[in-house]
Amino acid sequence: MIVVEGLAKRFGDVVAVADVGFEASDGRITGLLGPNGAGKSTTLRMLYGALRPDNGRALIDGHDVARESMTALARLGVLPHGAGLYPHLTARENVRYFGELHGMSGAPLERRIDELVDALEMGPFADRRTKGFSQGQKLKVALARALVHSPRNVVLDEPTNGLDVLATRSLRDLIRRLRDAGHCVLFSSHVMQEVAALCDEIVIVGGGRVVARGTPAEIGARVQGGSLEDAFVAALSGDGGTTDVPVPGSAAVSAAGSAGAERARGDVA
Amino acid sequence: MTRAPWIVFLKELRENFRDRRTLMTALLFGPLGAPVLFAVLMNVTLERGAERAEEPVEVVVVGREHAPNLVAFLQQQGAAIEERPGLTAENASGAVRRREAELVLVIPANFGEQLRAAQPAGVHLHADSSDTGTAGSRARLAAMLQGYSSRMASQRLQARGLSPLLVQPVAVDLVDVATPASRALLVLGILSYFIVFSTLMGGLYVAIDATAGERERGSLEPLLTNPVPREQIVYAKIASAALFMSLSLTLTVIGFAVGLRFVRLEELGMSANFGPEVAAGVIAVMLPFVVLGAALMTIVASFTRSYREAQSWLTAVLLIPTVPIIFAAIYQVQPSLRLMWIPSLSQHLAINGWLRDDPLPMAQLAVSGAATLALGLALAWIAARLYRREGILG
Repeated sequence: MIVVEGLAKRFGDVVAVADVGFEASDGRITGLLGPNGAGKSTTLRMLYGALRPDNGRALIDGHDVARESMTALARLGVLPHGAGLYPHLTARENVRYFGELHGMSGAPLERRIDELVDALEMGPFADRRTKGFSQGQKLKVALARALVHSPRNVVLDEPTNGLDVLATRSLRDLIRRLRDAGHCVLFSSHVMQEVAALCDEIVIVGGGRVVARGTPAEIGARVQGGSLEDAFVAALSGDGGTTDVPVPGSAAVSAAGSAGAERARGDVA
Repeated sequence: MTRAPWIVFLKELRENFRDRRTLMTALLFGPLGAPVLFAVLMNVTLERGAERAEEPVEVVVVGREHAPNLVAFLQQQGAAIEERPGLTAENASGAVRRREAELVLVIPANFGEQLRAAQPAGVHLHADSSDTGTAGSRARLAAMLQGYSSRMASQRLQARGLSPLLVQPVAVDLVDVATPASRALLVLGILSYFIVFSTLMGGLYVAIDATAGERERGSLEPLLTNPVPREQIVYAKIASAALFMSLSLTLTVIGFAVGLRFVRLEELGMSANFGPEVAAGVIAVMLPFVVLGAALMTIVASFTRSYREAQSWLTAVLLIPTVPIIFAAIYQVQPSLRLMWIPSLSQHLAINGWLRDDPLPMAQLAVSGAATLALGLALAWIAARLYRREGILG
């Protein structure tokens, strides 16, 4: 469970994030949707401790990222935007490194790596050095690395960027499997169709603020025209805070969250 | 999570041992290149010095026919006599100034006449004292002329029944220390810089890769999302650079210990004092400097935006340790407890002490080690602080 409250961040005179708050529940896929420069990445980077918020806080399973960063990070799996690998290490060694940094070792770690190699279909290149890997192969390794410690919460920053259709599809499958296994999955994207196809819960960000949130149906229903696209366009128009898209109350969000938590826990975790 | 620094350290080692460039620089170029370059430099210096002493002094003589005995004496003493048509007493100075001749000896027509009359017989020696390259031959020719003069004086006194010793109240025996050996000592003096340089080179690419390289590849941000305190990661990275530097240092010192056997120092009556004990001492006195260098390079590389930028900055950093060494060479500083506080200089003085078989006292070595190590640890601490800033992610 990820809770973000009133996050704000400015770089010099530029306000990257003005006020972003939302919840991402366990067993739900939450999409952070917004145009480029809306503040999605900055929000996520504050969430996983790369940036220090000027205001507000982010809680991972109730642990404040800024104050109890070690506890919070241990419960989080992160795929940062444009995550890079170590070219002189094999795919397996890249994953093992992060597993060890999470305190894993020995047979349990190797078993977990094998699981991920299978789940992500990394078999053919698992023992090759990652130098020269394709975009799709790199992403799989980076994902395996983020998931090696079986984190309850998974944050993916624009994970489908630069992926071909097949790779995108297998990534979506993986995200669904994580959700079905009861994980809290939060991912960002500027592609509306992607978010619509995948998410149980959508947070639309524009100009550093949350302009709408709810299930795709809820958001669509509240906008004239009735589609998610209209809501997205409203956010894109820039005056996000003043559109007639109401932000659903937190009651609605937590209700949706508990519903998701009742889903069956799968075996990917 | 105390295992974390160890995990980061091992990963850096594994990765860098697989990187050909890092390996070549740390384990091949420095350790092999520095001693070879040094041995060549040394041999050239020794040969130049040796040749100079044996070369005949080239003298252009004008008016040879006026003093056949003198010319014969000069030839006997090792002068190469040359006559040049067209060169006269009048244009001799010009010829020297234009570097057409190094030394021109003009013997006037009345030389024999004055000699017979027992008057001081004048000869003119044209030379350029601002040309340091000919200083040696100038002095040697002057000495030969003086020798001829003394011999004539002796003969005259003997002809008059007096002992020649009468006119030699003081016997000066010049012991020339400006020998090729001292030149060799000068070159030996920069051996320490070769060691410092090679040591730093050993960790250069490791330091860049662990900082600017990691950021450029986009692996720094994922790394920092692991539940590991950042300072532990930084210390492990500094340690991995330090390990490569130590390897490079050890191999370089071994290279010197072997390489110096091929320098013909014995011919000059010098011994290359670079046995196993000295080698061990050099490594020991350099180890604190390894910590300092690794921390310094990590800090500098962390500030840069890219791998390439880090490379150019660190190349500049390699020059920093030369500064104290150059000052030491110019001012001929003598080792003192006070100077041992200065990193690089103290290592230079310690290494030179051993090479001259005049080891520094333990107290000075201890101050050198403590001061350098303290500065190194302070820099490592600063590096750790640096990684706590969010700007480090670029």
